[in-house]
Amino acid sequence: MNINKKILSILMALPFLFVIGSCSQGGNGGALGSSVADRVYVPPGEHDEFYAFISGGFSGQLAIHGLPSGRLFKVIPVFSVDAEKAYGFNEETKPLLNTSFGQIPWDDSHHPDLSQTNGEIDGRWCFINANNTPRIARISLSSFETEEIIELPNSAGNHSSSFVTENTEYVVAGTRFSVPIPQRDMPIDEYKGNFKGAISFISVDQETGRFDLSFQVIMPGFDYDLAHPGRGASHGWMFFSTYNSEEASTLMEVNASQNDKDFIAAINWKKAEELIASGDFETMPTEYAHNVYDESTHMATSTMKKEVRVLDASKYPGLVYLLPTPKSPHGCDVDPTGEYIIGSGKLSATLTAHSFTKMLDAIENEKFDGDAYGIPILNYDDIVGGVVQSGGLGPLHTEFDEKGNGYTTFFISSEVVKWKVGTWEVIDRQPTYYSVGHLMIPGGNSRKPFGKYVLAMNKITKDRYLPTGPELCQSAQLYDISGEKMELLIDFPTIGEPHYAAGAPADLIKPNQTKIYKLEENNHPYAAKSESETRVERDGKEVHIYMTTIRSHFAPDNIEGIKVGDKVYFHVTNLEQDYDVPHGVSIIGANTSELLIMPGQTETFVWEPKKEGVWPFYCTDFCSALHQEMQGYVRVSARNSNVPLKWTLDGE
Amino acid sequence: MKDLTKISTILMGLTLTVFLFSCGGGDGKSAADRIKEQAQMEPADPYENWQSYDGVGPIQNFTLPGEIDQEMVANGKEVYDIKCTACHKAEKKFIGPSPKGILERRTATWVMNMILNPEEMVQKDPIAKKLFIEYNGSPMANQNLTEDEARAVLEYFRTL
Repeated sequence: MNINKKILSILMALPFLFVIGSCSQGGNGGALGSSVADRVYVPPGEHDEFYAFISGGFSGQLAIHGLPSGRLFKVIPVFSVDAEKAYGFNEETKPLLNTSFGQIPWDDSHHPDLSQTNGEIDGRWCFINANNTPRIARISLSSFETEEIIELPNSAGNHSSSFVTENTEYVVAGTRFSVPIPQRDMPIDEYKGNFKGAISFISVDQETGRFDLSFQVIMPGFDYDLAHPGRGASHGWMFFSTYNSEEASTLMEVNASQNDKDFIAAINWKKAEELIASGDFETMPTEYAHNVYDESTHMATSTMKKEVRVLDASKYPGLVYLLPTPKSPHGCDVDPTGEYIIGSGKLSATLTAHSFTKMLDAIENEKFDGDAYGIPILNYDDIVGGVVQSGGLGPLHTEFDEKGNGYTTFFISSEVVKWKVGTWEVIDRQPTYYSVGHLMIPGGNSRKPFGKYVLAMNKITKDRYLPTGPELCQSAQLYDISGEKMELLIDFPTIGEPHYAAGAPADLIKPNQTKIYKLEENNHPYAAKSESETRVERDGKEVHIYMTTIRSHFAPDNIEGIKVGDKVYFHVTNLEQDYDVPHGVSIIGANTSELLIMPGQTETFVWEPKKEGVWPFYCTDFCSALHQEMQGYVRVSARNSNVPLKWTLDGE
Repeated sequence: MKDLTKISTILMGLTLTVFLFSCGGGDGKSAADRIKEQAQMEPADPYENWQSYDGVGPIQNFTLPGEIDQEMVANGKEVYDIKCTACHKAEKKFIGPSPKGILERRTATWVMNMILNPEEMVQKDPIAKKLFIEYNGSPMANQNLTEDEARAVLEYFRTL
């Protein structure tokens, strides 16, 4: 009877559940409606629909979030050291942070961009720029590790970077600050006409992703702010917004804001390729570091390069044209068809959409309105395709959906404005909290956007979260853009300053994940690929320990014969071949970080023992029920002692 | 779902009880005594009855050929040396048991499943469960061997 009752009550409850369930599918309840929570809720154990690659700004890193939940999965160290992951601390990754100025532990990362094939994002690599000491990094979307960093000579404040052409032919990086090229000691007030801006074209090997600084275009001494590649019909061109066409060098906020219009510079890089191929270029002596991480040796190397090929824009007719654009344009964005180049005059209220077709026509008919250092200036009225009268203040950046809409952020009026490409009418506007910079639609700067969400990234959060002293987090805000009106769904804190982001459907990236490194493919010169290869070798004051880890012991775990003043290299190979079984290790007094070693990987840290004694080391990443037992000892004797070198595990 | 499971468990329990009671009589013991007796009986030792355990995993009803394939032995030794010796040694009990004479204690199918599917084995297979406790809860690492590699390692074990 009881059982029957139970069954009966379950049956009765079922239709009720259906009713509740169908209620929560509902439409636009606004940000306060419970349906909004459903739309960003990813149940435990389920995956997000999109990856978001959000720049860490002054943290120098790249954060990986899921959308729509906003959950943070990983912070990939790129330009700053990271003790948690031993990045910049272990011997293998130190060379990645080498530059012509020596080892640099920090930078300011701004604009991630994803590799493309035929104008569509392809899930192979993410690129990001270092702003302060100009560099570009390549991150593998299989291993989610930084694999390569190339320094850019002649560049300063590497801001209009890193933007990828539609078949990943080049990652393009423009200088924000113009400087003397080559660098030399000269009076600052002789800036005008003497300082130049370098735009770097870095070619990408389609198999390996390896960089080569193919050439630089040397431009007039403006500030090159942001960029995007042409696509479709405009493929082969690269567009850069500029400010400071005044060529001022002091009190820039006034002196670089004098001209009614600055320029978008259109560079014909197919033409540049022809010049390079025909040998019509100059080779300039310089110095820059090219750092590559090899997944087979688990190790990076740094090479110093000595020269760069340059093309002076003033000397090659047809290479560059200048498109007058109102009021210090910041964002420079190209719509999915490649026809419109949007310049956001950050000191005005309007957006200017230049027409690529009209630009080509003006070039063909030589409708020029003067020149700057020999570079033709086109006539504004001949090339403008439309103007968005937004009603907002301080337009910065635009992304696109696949339905012919543009979405532009307005910093001063803190809002996202949706408008129609072609008719230029404003469709919707939604506030941001607060002071929005960039925004991102997955694939939103490619031929094929995935216009389900737009992510707005804010500089200021004030009262939005629990306060944390004077320093507050910055944030990202997710809007549903599947309907006519945008709808704010969620906001979440970000690391550092989220300048720009790139996004991709999870299905594009998930299938290519590296899960382990195969031991038989480990070519690290100091790997011990089985416990039988573990050993300790002395070479003068240098001691090399070939150590292995597996759940849950080190081999060897008792080491004697180390002396004060030795330089001890722990080369640790993780023998695990199973997914998600890293081991960590460190030892008392090590003046460096832990190691965090993925299955099949070898990493090295250096320990310089300063005191006699017996010093324990242990596994720093919880690995099994016997993790607490994963420990060992190193005996350190006086410099003049005769304790022989000895290493054992369980007495053997 | 939980409720439904509960209900079916209860129903099964009821049937079982009825069945047990109806079996009573014949040898003079009361039904209650029989149940008591049954409860006190040790469960069969899986180590003793190893021949009836093939484990859980991708391998089913595998029997070894009579001849030892020396080429396979060499391949198996190579794989074993790199991926297994951190925990298994032929001459002693180490982190895990010695593989020496393994086919006198386990079926060939069980050995391959233990190599290829250790996580599920220690949860479901009675022998693997008992080993897991005996070896202090030290997990058998899944070293992601292919079936061919596991087969070769087994061939190598025949020579130890």
